[in-house]
Amino acid sequence: MSAIMSTNDGVLNRRSFLRVSAAAASGLFVSMYLDTELTGQEAGQPQPKPSPPDAFVHIRPDGKVVIQVNRLEFGQGVQTALPMILADELDADWSEVVAELAPAADVYKDPVAGFQFVGGSGSVAHSFQQYRELGAKTRAMLVAAAAERWKVSPTECRTEAGIVRGPSGQSAKYAELSEAAARMPVPETVQLKNPSQFRLIGQKVARLDSRPKCDGSLKFGLDLDLPRMKIAVVAHPPVFGARVKSFDDKAARSIEGVLDVFEIPLVKGSGVAIVADKFWPAKQARDRMEIEWDLSGLERADTAQLQAQYRQLARTAGKVSVARGDVKAIERVAERDRIVAEYHFPYLAHAPMEPLNTTIRFDGTRAEAWAGSQFQTFDQIAIAEVLGLKPEQVIFHTEMAGGGFGRRAVADSHVQREAATIAKRFAGTPIKLVWTREDDIQGGFYRPMHVHRVEVGIGTDGMPSAWRHVIVGQSILGGTPFEAFYIKDGVDGTTVEGVNDTYYDIRNLHVSAHHPTPNVPVLWWRSVGHTHSAFVMETLIDELAARAKVDPIVYRRRLLKPAAKKLLAVLDLLEKNTVWRRNIPKNHAVGIACHESFGTGVACAVDVSIENKRPRIHRATVAAHPGIAVNPLTIESQFQAGLAFGVSQLMANGAITLKDGRVEQRNFDGFTPPYISDAPVAVDVHIVPSTEPPTGCGEPPVPVISPAVVNALTKLTGKRYRSLPLVDL
Amino acid sequence: MATYQLNINGQRKEVTTDASTPLLWVLRDDLKMTGTKYGCGISVCGACTVHVAGVATRSCVLPVSLIGERPVVTIEAIAQDPVGRVVQDAWVSEDVVQCGYCQSGQIMSAVALLKHTPKPTDANIEESMGGNICRCGTYVRIRQAIKTAARQAK
Repeated sequence: MSAIMSTNDGVLNRRSFLRVSAAAASGLFVSMYLDTELTGQEAGQPQPKPSPPDAFVHIRPDGKVVIQVNRLEFGQGVQTALPMILADELDADWSEVVAELAPAADVYKDPVAGFQFVGGSGSVAHSFQQYRELGAKTRAMLVAAAAERWKVSPTECRTEAGIVRGPSGQSAKYAELSEAAARMPVPETVQLKNPSQFRLIGQKVARLDSRPKCDGSLKFGLDLDLPRMKIAVVAHPPVFGARVKSFDDKAARSIEGVLDVFEIPLVKGSGVAIVADKFWPAKQARDRMEIEWDLSGLERADTAQLQAQYRQLARTAGKVSVARGDVKAIERVAERDRIVAEYHFPYLAHAPMEPLNTTIRFDGTRAEAWAGSQFQTFDQIAIAEVLGLKPEQVIFHTEMAGGGFGRRAVADSHVQREAATIAKRFAGTPIKLVWTREDDIQGGFYRPMHVHRVEVGIGTDGMPSAWRHVIVGQSILGGTPFEAFYIKDGVDGTTVEGVNDTYYDIRNLHVSAHHPTPNVPVLWWRSVGHTHSAFVMETLIDELAARAKVDPIVYRRRLLKPAAKKLLAVLDLLEKNTVWRRNIPKNHAVGIACHESFGTGVACAVDVSIENKRPRIHRATVAAHPGIAVNPLTIESQFQAGLAFGVSQLMANGAITLKDGRVEQRNFDGFTPPYISDAPVAVDVHIVPSTEPPTGCGEPPVPVISPAVVNALTKLTGKRYRSLPLVDL
Repeated sequence: MATYQLNINGQRKEVTTDASTPLLWVLRDDLKMTGTKYGCGISVCGACTVHVAGVATRSCVLPVSLIGERPVVTIEAIAQDPVGRVVQDAWVSEDVVQCGYCQSGQIMSAVALLKHTPKPTDANIEESMGGNICRCGTYVRIRQAIKTAARQAK
């Protein structure tokens, strides 16, 4: 997703039009149309539509301000942050704000990327300006309505907390003004607040979705219940792309509640769908199916073989990403001044807590779908394709999702296609497709396996004088609609990010990549290429600092380019807040790492010991530079928890492996995310004060933790750790 | 298929289902109580935690036929319990949740902990919460919320 992020220039790249309407007695709706919507219409004359789903702001007569969030909420806090931005410019009363997740629609497409999605930590970054303008323009119309009522100039009016106040003590609530405001012209331009005028942005604002997530009332996609709804599960091929040769469904059909068993085509290969009135019979039936699979012509991926192949490839240069300075310099470095390091990274599953699911009701000429989707635009198109409809004939509801980390953003929309294929057969009946945890762990779309081979030459000053870096790993974007934009000279940018764009001042740098194509579907996993590149860079830099006998923070500061403003700032802030580094208990060690990703600079220090042969992370201090911190409370949470997510990479059972084409792990017992005792016990987060445009905070916490921990472990054991996951110490 | 009389959140509920059906799916599919979550189905993630006779229990592996007379309490009714209410409020005041999917189970485990050990140490917390996965990783705030609740519980 970082690839998409890279187009971000922080501004709307297309003209946009606002339109207002006042449906009888229902208040003010402010909608925004992108100019692409106007094809075939007279520019500037969009056809009015009476009500949502295309409104961003709805000021209801009861005073509630309903704000549509053009993103999926799956933990990152955007459902609070975007309304804060709009409400701030609107001067709304925050206690009256209601946030809703917008359905799939052109107006809700990302204003930078041009499709509706969550990824690349871009939600706030891309929509900051958009939501500010929406708020400011809505406010301007309310002020204009008040000024007209009071026969004063709008400039004489001011606003606060949902009220317009006039020059002679007049006041009117937004709700009272909303119908009159709807008849006001939408301002072409509008004055946005100076950051010093922000009332919500920059404040620690509690999440809007806390209470319903604590009392069981919030409905996730998997909780959806519709009249006459049936549950579907699918028996997926044991080897990616396999086809059903034959199956015996006698035992399955004998289970009470099972309605149908049938083969369905998948994006690759085929599977057997089981539809039942409830989940348990569907799952029981699947367990009793006897299916013979056709594996002919399929490569059976095998981790051990892939590792050997990758290691071999890493010894030769791949497609060149960077060739800077004297690329042969490394060959002239004496062996004793050279580090040769080979790193291994496994496949990783996203494993969001809410298993993947999608509900679809197909009515012949239209359909309705419900999914916690990071890729609404693509998923809506895919469902329409399967059902023989146009995308606009599929009403696509964005459901609150239980995590995702990239897994709900799949270019081929394979889950939605499965659901649509089954729903098509059951026209008129809503079908909820449920992926079990086993489907999830074994279903592919992993963070790719990688081997890095790095040769570093050390100069007389202890700094790297030459750096040759080969990365072997599957391309994530190859074969997707993003391929043409983000694969340059045969190198997938998401494979080399964090290395090819390093802020370290390495004069003679050569970075190349090989992209093998084993039969394993891969995908972006929270922080994408930075998951492995930061580990390699930050452990090597630490090794260099240790060899130079320089403090790891000082060394990094010395080696960073002056242009690395954010990283330099976070290292300063980290140093200020880690006085504790000098005073840690015996048998503990401190590890440092810093990394910039998705435009956000992060530095991290951890206090680690070894308990029961595992790293014990007693404490972590983080310094972050995300530009304007829209909601510092969410940012603090994202960093605290994002570090724990990053610990996934260190877990002893933190790898997906394959043997003879089959995934060896089945569930959380085989692929185990961090539990409470694996995560840092305490995390303090410090944010660099800034008025720069906001950058993301979803992914940037993840890359720093595993190298920081390993750097501490090295101090404790004297060993270098170049293979993940970490087996017992 | 058999019919079972269950005591769920103090109410009598009758369900007719296969004896092997786990309590989790009785709650979710038969009783339409979806606050209890499916995460793994093999009792290793804790998302499905409920109280059975006061004990934090993984409902995904408890067949309905084995519940008998034991009262079941789910997240939907935990606010009616004084400790439950305090824990829930602490979860909100500490802004614990992210995606929130695991938090029903986390809260049920935390309530069971505090009922048994009103002033838990970090070690107590890790032991009692040690079977609940939060994939977002909100563990730091879970710890804080449990300590806040422990201070506030009467």
